[in-house]
Amino acid sequence: MKSAVIVFPASNRDRDTAEVLEKVTGTKPYMVWHADSEMPNVDLIVIPGGFSYGDYLRCGAMAAQSHIMRDVIAKANKGVAVLGICNGFQILTESRLLPGALMRNAGLKFVSKPVPVDVEETQSMFTRRYRKKQRVVYPVAHGEGNYFADEETLDRLEGEGRVVFRYAGGENPNGSARDIAGVINEKRNVMGLMPHPECACDPLLGPPDGLGLFEGLVEALS
Amino acid sequence: MKARVFVTLKNGVLDPQGKAIGHALNNLGFEAVGEVRQGKLIDIELTGKDESHARASLKEMCEKLLANTVIEKYEIELKP
Repeated sequence: MKSAVIVFPASNRDRDTAEVLEKVTGTKPYMVWHADSEMPNVDLIVIPGGFSYGDYLRCGAMAAQSHIMRDVIAKANKGVAVLGICNGFQILTESRLLPGALMRNAGLKFVSKPVPVDVEETQSMFTRRYRKKQRVVYPVAHGEGNYFADEETLDRLEGEGRVVFRYAGGENPNGSARDIAGVINEKRNVMGLMPHPECACDPLLGPPDGLGLFEGLVEALS
Repeated sequence: MKARVFVTLKNGVLDPQGKAIGHALNNLGFEAVGEVRQGKLIDIELTGKDESHARASLKEMCEKLLANTVIEKYEIELKP
């Protein structure tokens, strides 16, 4: 599996992501600068966490208009797997590759802590290694992770099995509608989530619950 | 021409910042304050003199970048 990580000014989880990708694929991912206009030929594109463009205007709004995103959108529409984590999720909603929007946390505070999350859907290349309803712990670190979509969109997402991750009961850290932590697109090749699976991959830092996501991708895309 | 764009959350979208501002105003003794909603104001200088063209172009700016129409609405003011 060949992979790439997009690097924006003020991305900060790009190297964590690269390390995990190298660990599971045995090859270093391409690190692609936001001002480049073309993506290398890869099976997986990861849009990492961080504060791209200083979160100016809205989180992810500037990055969604960057040069490289035009090609990411084109590749995503052709079926290439795209994973957006945290700021990456915000960028995917701002690019309209995923529905909804991520708003200011309901409690107005930046939240940084491990959070229990339930895997709601295993029918995806991102979650095939998990059991349905498996509870995993991923860290979150965001101020704008409050998932919003209108009721009709939320119903459609639920009905189509596109709510992939949900904060465990009573553990919603940001006020997200229906405790949604991650969603997938209709073609099931683009997924975004606020928690950080890439930061739960080294046993030194706690249970490596995030590894399954990346191992599942390697299995599906190799 | 000078344009002023107001971007605010749509009605029905929860605005926790507006709520916090409202509480703070109440705490300061402004008891008449009810619901508070906050937003952004963006001033844009434009070249050209054609007002309808400018309006169309500002609308496109709002749709493409200035507002996220999933959660926000916008108003455009144009001054010659």
